[in-house]
Amino acid sequence: MSFLTLTSLQKSFGTVQVVKDFNMSIEKGEFISFLGPSGCGKTTVLRMIAGFETPSGGTITINGKSQANLRPNQRNIGMVFQAYALFPNMNVAENVAFGLKVAGRPKAEIDARVKEMLGLIKLDHLADRYPYQMSGGQQQRVALARALAPKPQVLLLDEPLSALDAKIRVSLREEIRMIQQQLGITTVFVTHDQEEALSISDRIVVMNAGRADQIGTPADIYNRPATRFVANFVGTLNLIEAKVVDPASHRVSIGDQGVTLREPLGDVKVGDTISLALRPEAGSIMPDAKGDTALSGDVVSTNFLGSVIRTRMKVGESVISFDMFNSPGLVPPVVGETVTLHFVASDLLIIRD
Amino acid sequence: MKRFWAWGALIFGLLYFLLPLIGMTNFSLKMRRGVYSFDAYAVVLSDPRFQETFTYSVVMALFTIAFGVLLVVPTAYWIRLKLPGLRPYVEFVTLLPLVIPAIVIVFGYIRLYNTSSWLPLTGSVTGTNILLMFGYATLALPYMYRSVDTGLRAIDIATLTEAAQSLGAGWTTILAKIILPNVLVAVLSGAFLTFAIVIGEFTMAALLNRPAFGPYMQLLGANRAYEPAALAVIAFGITWGCLGLIQLVSRLQKGAQSPA
Repeated sequence: MSFLTLTSLQKSFGTVQVVKDFNMSIEKGEFISFLGPSGCGKTTVLRMIAGFETPSGGTITINGKSQANLRPNQRNIGMVFQAYALFPNMNVAENVAFGLKVAGRPKAEIDARVKEMLGLIKLDHLADRYPYQMSGGQQQRVALARALAPKPQVLLLDEPLSALDAKIRVSLREEIRMIQQQLGITTVFVTHDQEEALSISDRIVVMNAGRADQIGTPADIYNRPATRFVANFVGTLNLIEAKVVDPASHRVSIGDQGVTLREPLGDVKVGDTISLALRPEAGSIMPDAKGDTALSGDVVSTNFLGSVIRTRMKVGESVISFDMFNSPGLVPPVVGETVTLHFVASDLLIIRD
Repeated sequence: MKRFWAWGALIFGLLYFLLPLIGMTNFSLKMRRGVYSFDAYAVVLSDPRFQETFTYSVVMALFTIAFGVLLVVPTAYWIRLKLPGLRPYVEFVTLLPLVIPAIVIVFGYIRLYNTSSWLPLTGSVTGTNILLMFGYATLALPYMYRSVDTGLRAIDIATLTEAAQSLGAGWTTILAKIILPNVLVAVLSGAFLTFAIVIGEFTMAALLNRPAFGPYMQLLGANRAYEPAALAVIAFGITWGCLGLIQLVSRLQKGAQSPA
């Protein structure tokens, strides 16, 4: 049985249903990210787990126990907020000790645990500082230590890195993942940043309009997007319109060029239009390439992005982007030049909505 | 030219406010004929009724402040957290004591809580004191509520509340350990204003027949020449002391919360 189970979870605010039939099972010690754009319902699901919102329908169980009649302060769930939410009237040590004091733990135990937590986030030397005397990154690490101090059964992270600058975000997300693995705590992380979700999660839930569009490992989500929304939202993806030529042999045409796909086309007939997806990094220029894994087209633009050069070529009615790793000797194609793009057949995916 | 008018206006304003005060202070020092002395102050301060009424008013002020804090802080917090739609109505109610005269309020109290009513508070000294404290709290409500509400606006009470809840805290702990300490300066501002109001209040104390400082000042003013002026200077000193303390705690708080 899963440690944290969300079954048919629903939430409406007035007439607006923000979470629709959300189902999810999370194993003990797993790091799950809810990924999606603003307003997709990811924070609402998190807040329902925390007890700050009451579900309109469905159930939440943690370790086999229903959370329905438990108030937020009875759930033993640690939470880290985007705005840090450190108590301004308390110093770092007092903030970390707060949950333990509320639980009525003995002073010696509180002191030892505060020391342990501050050691974990490497801020032992700032125990006497007040929140206003620390940077955003330091405050968020203290917030993490405070949430972990009472040994919660689940840790919830509500966009904890959004208010930080780019460098701190990267180092802190690695630190969060390291601490999570060290403590083996079941963690739910809400973010709208795909890079964050892909880099630290065991599994990702891509949410769209109150539903989970896809649940899978970062590699699954990135390499095999289940829906057009996931394909569009996670990473950069070429969406290519193709016409069905022969459903039996998986044959389609892109412009005037034929391609045979690996997977069955599904319930389609000759002449139907289907959507295909190809990641920019999945293709490379190969002048001699031919057959089912090559597409030729005219270059419409070339963009220098530092480590890669992104080129856009027109094939039929579709524009396909592909990336080349930058190197000093690389001569990028010029606009108007005809190039041939080679790819592995399994990288060309069918997008089913 | 602009500067001239600005200075002119400032000097006029200062003279307008300070001249009567200087005149009154000067008069209060002239009890002994021909020389300046503190005789009037000595008479006032040694009067047992001064000590009795001043002590009574200070004690009443402290109780009023305690009651006001217990009433206003949870109310303003709850309105901001859970019922923001009710805020304009609550603000309107808290402003009513500014437009309804104290005499109307106290007559209402006497009518509601007289000895033949269902709750005869005026039938005992303690009951009347409690009634007077409620009256003082009502008079101070516009100031106390506004101070606390402004203090609450400056902190993210929703997130702090949720953070405390996720750490296991109940409502009492949240109010006592998180909210109150973070609006303490605002509460102190309201408290000092309440103190100043209670010390000088006449109508309610007189009509409820309690030995407060306000009626004593009025009584002295009707019967003596120099002592009322000395008493007025003392009352001004207390009020200004309270205002000075508000400024002081505000500055200390600003200093403590400035970014690193």
